[in-house]
Amino acid sequence: MTHLQRESCELAIVGGGPAGLAAATLAAELGVETVLFDEQSAPGGQVYRNVEANAPRHDALAAILGGDYAGGLALVRAFRASGAAYEPESAVWQVAASGKVGVSRGGRAYLTRAQRVVLATGAMERPVPVPGWTLPGVMGAGAVQTLMKASGIVPDRPVVLAGCGPLLYLVAVQLVRANAPLVAVVDTSAATLAGTVRAALPLLPAFAGDLAKGLSWIATLKARRIPIHKGSRLVVEGTGRVEAVTFDSGGRRVRIATSLLLLHEGVIPNNQVTTSLRCKHVWNVAQAAWRPETDPFGATSSARVAVAGDGAGIGGARAAVHRGRLAALDAAFRLGRIGRDERDARARPERTALAREARLRAFLDRVYRPAEAVRPLDDDTLACRCEEVSAGELRGLIAEGFTDLNQLKSFSRCGMGQCQGRMCAGTVGRILAEGLATDMAAVGHYRLRIPVKPLPLAELAELGHADRNDKPVLEVADGDPSQRI
Amino acid sequence: MTRTDVIVIGGGIHGCCTALHLARRGLKPIVLEKNTVGRHASGVNAGGVRQLMRHTAEIPLSMAAMDAWERLDALLGPELAANCNFVGGVGQIGIAESAQELAWCRERVAEMRALGYDFEELIDADELKRLVPSVADICRGGIVSRRDGHANPFRTTQSFRLRAEQLGARILERTRVTGLEQGDGGWTVTTDRGTFGADIVVNCGGAWAWQAGAMVGEHFPKSHFASTLMVTSRMPHFIDPVVIGIDRVLSFKQTEAGTVVIGGGILGDPDLDAETAETVSDRMMESAATVYEFFPILRQATIVRTWAGLEALMPDVIPVIGPSRVASGLWHAFGFSGHGFQLGPIVGSVIADLIVDGVSPLPIAAFSPTRFTAEGKLRPPAQ
Amino acid sequence: MFRRLQPDDSSATIYFDGRAIRCRPGESVAAALLAAGVDRFRTTPVGGAGRMPYCMIGVCFDCLVEIDGQADRQACLVPVADGMTVRSQDGTGRFGIQ
Ligand SMILES: Cc1cc2nc3c(=O)[nH]c(=O)nc-3n(C[C@H](O)[C@H](O)[C@H](O)COP(=O)(O)OP(=O)(O)OC[C@H]3O[C@@H](n4cnc5c(N)ncnc54)[C@H](O)[C@@H]3O)c2cc1C
Ligand SMILES: Cc1cc2nc3c(=O)[nH]c(=O)nc-3n(C[C@H](O)[C@H](O)[C@H](O)COP(=O)(O)OP(=O)(O)OC[C@H]3O[C@@H](n4cnc5c(N)ncnc54)[C@H](O)[C@@H]3O)c2cc1C
Ligand code: FES
Repeated sequence: MTHLQRESCELAIVGGGPAGLAAATLAAELGVETVLFDEQSAPGGQVYRNVEANAPRHDALAAILGGDYAGGLALVRAFRASGAAYEPESAVWQVAASGKVGVSRGGRAYLTRAQRVVLATGAMERPVPVPGWTLPGVMGAGAVQTLMKASGIVPDRPVVLAGCGPLLYLVAVQLVRANAPLVAVVDTSAATLAGTVRAALPLLPAFAGDLAKGLSWIATLKARRIPIHKGSRLVVEGTGRVEAVTFDSGGRRVRIATSLLLLHEGVIPNNQVTTSLRCKHVWNVAQAAWRPETDPFGATSSARVAVAGDGAGIGGARAAVHRGRLAALDAAFRLGRIGRDERDARARPERTALAREARLRAFLDRVYRPAEAVRPLDDDTLACRCEEVSAGELRGLIAEGFTDLNQLKSFSRCGMGQCQGRMCAGTVGRILAEGLATDMAAVGHYRLRIPVKPLPLAELAELGHADRNDKPVLEVADGDPSQRI
Repeated sequence: MTRTDVIVIGGGIHGCCTALHLARRGLKPIVLEKNTVGRHASGVNAGGVRQLMRHTAEIPLSMAAMDAWERLDALLGPELAANCNFVGGVGQIGIAESAQELAWCRERVAEMRALGYDFEELIDADELKRLVPSVADICRGGIVSRRDGHANPFRTTQSFRLRAEQLGARILERTRVTGLEQGDGGWTVTTDRGTFGADIVVNCGGAWAWQAGAMVGEHFPKSHFASTLMVTSRMPHFIDPVVIGIDRVLSFKQTEAGTVVIGGGILGDPDLDAETAETVSDRMMESAATVYEFFPILRQATIVRTWAGLEALMPDVIPVIGPSRVASGLWHAFGFSGHGFQLGPIVGSVIADLIVDGVSPLPIAAFSPTRFTAEGKLRPPAQ
Repeated sequence: MFRRLQPDDSSATIYFDGRAIRCRPGESVAAALLAAGVDRFRTTPVGGAGRMPYCMIGVCFDCLVEIDGQADRQACLVPVADGMTVRSQDGTGRFGIQ
């Protein structure tokens, strides 16, 4: 594969979802030399994945995915026209405080020096550790949606959706439209219908459209006679692969046979990069997730680095666009392309729009609080999928006197596997917080260092790099190896 | 104020081992650790248990430590000993690629023989291939120290801590020593969690040990560095010994888990005040390139994590072990300059001997704090 | 487990553990394998348990397979290429070591 290995740029954007696309488009328009890196092969991010190929088709798939999805096409087209450079299939494995961005593409790694960086790395589905969740046949609801968007692939065996959050219902409806054999939805949220309606009232009439859409999803499921259970204490059954899911509902244990179980409890920021940069993070109680602390433009405590979109705290795709533009305005200001007044004037409408989105988000956060209380984390549930460390093992270590997340990691190897702690950080934190009778903010998160994506040794060995004025190794005593360190 | 006989500053392997040995000798040490036990160098090092190619002044200590490693059972009890994941007898090997390196190896072994040490052996390419079948053919031989091996640093430090506690030592974490003052009644040790009184203070403060010295007006080099390690995903078992380079930047081992830990003195960016360090990718290239060249098997390896640990660095790359040069009842054990894990089981016993008996059976003159001037500079060698 | 909405655009072929699989150019290796009914991509190095993709967006690493001889590749991120050889990854993967 031939591609340009860029030596430097003014603004590097990591992530090509709505936040990254909007940031890149505006920054390029303001004359900033902008490069957008994304791991995927086409722009769109998670929400608009593969939209360029799918949206114009007006076929079965487009109908299944729905109008909101197709709306992403305008963002992608604006980005394509903006003059911002686009580097697809490019995984960013480091962002240094100095602005050095490490990229891996087509089996080669290189470093590029950016004056400013906007991280638009988006969100991931919150891991849902229940007994048996590592069995083949258990996937994220968003994962199956990704299969639909990216490849036009839909389940053709019995499928059950379990969890909470708007995306759960969106995927349910998309599955129904695709004629997938959706057997049941198990809703684990604590909210009651009456409570939800009460919480939604103040949002009318401003969000009538969004609320109507939500109601229409429920109506679609009802019309198709898809049972919606209120459930808690999920257990996945099966030997070798999922065979059934069981849960408590209305005072009894329910068992539903299925070939696919799709779990979903909302999404959480993908903040490996800001963590590796030691940016300040805060525990967001309402969203039960860490997010980097930012100023109103998304700037983090790391001087060159800003975050936009869901990576800075879940706000949804529309908010991501506004947050991307705010980050672009600030980058253009700091790079001398626009003055402070212009930045602030242009920021105002984005702020107003964001404030509006924030109202809807607060409602969603309240109604779809992740179901920690109904997910008791039995001792034999695997907290860490990679190293197969169970909740019970971690509790044992805490009982022995460990008081720190990184100690648990060093001792049990939880978080040391290939996912680099993405899948277990929240769970291990929760176990420790419960064990010490404290809160997540007090236990903190794993210490992370580069690479934020695993990097082949061969790529590191052949790293094309921007400068080499650094002394790489310690030299002592005139190189006498007997005095090696 | 809490009173005891000995306060140990620092809960690294040397602080924990010092407490362990003091407790064995009937004292009631309290270890004050500003973070958590093993948070710094002792918990994050490469775990190399190496007598090979050490500074000659350290060899008697290192040999005594090796004996202790092989008898961890006696020191820690079977369960805690097993917890260290110590693998001995696999050997550490210095690999020579060039004729010059091989010549250096020959000289080194001869020098060691002349000093009466025979644990370093010269090996040829065949013996190297026998010990390390996965090595590339470009390697010509090297030096082996056959008793050497490796252990899990975090688990080992933890085991020393637990043993010290079993024997009656107390370990207080998240307790930072901020002041040291000597009066008629002994030492007053100020911390952010109250004041402690003690007859004796032992400074095992690692990269921050110079700060404890400065509290009593005793100056040491402030130098420290961040040593970097890279680790791969789990791989099939392919190597037993630990290998290090002679002139090349190379050092790696395969752990019990199958991951390969690669180091070699790659510099990270230390941040002493934030008490952490960053790793720097451009500086890892050379080490990555060397392992890849010497071990074709690693061509497919993936680096999953990197980290760097903070470590004190003395200009002569040997530690400071001995009594303070300005105050009585203050002892130092720090400055291990990147290779102090292997000395883990022994330095604490030396300190305990010095405190209780007034002498150590091991030769430690080379490590005396008196080799530094009042300003903390290394004096030129005596002769 | 899964079906394709448009089966006719599967014009590429990859080989999984020796078996030929038709797939759509440009889609991920994971999508191609799932569409072909593969539900065991790898076994874990610790407990030997079977796994298949969980997240499909590159964060869970349960889709690791050996692609064209290289272990530890994320099937959900690597696009298929005609003729590609994919092997399920047992335990640590082979890394060229038998
Ligand atoms: C699987 C999934 C499906 C979702 N589906 C929907 C939906 O249908 N509707 C909806 O409203 N919301 C959906 N969401 C929520 C949605 O992600 C957000 O609200 C919205 O996409 C956020 O936009 P963003 O620009 O912040 O990030 P994203 O759209 O998530 O984009 C982030 C981009 O960054 C890239 N990236 C991340 N890390 C790196 C790296 N290290 N190197 C290179 N590239 C990197 C990713 O590949 C991705 O393309 C989904 C979330 C997930 C996880
Ligand atoms: C990456 C790396 C790899 C290495 N590899 C090897 C190897 O393979 N083999 C080998 O033999 N050696 C190795 N070493 C060296 C070895 O780790 C160290 O020499 C050894 O651990 C030093 O132990 P210590 O107890 O002196 O220091 P530390 O473990 O750093 O402990 C000192 C402790 O003192 C505490 N402290 C300091 N000041 C105060 C205060 N004022 N109040 C309270 N507490 C305080 C600190 O928080 C710290 O926990 C390596 C080092 C590093 C960093
Ligand atoms: S399926 Fe999760 S990383 Fe590929």
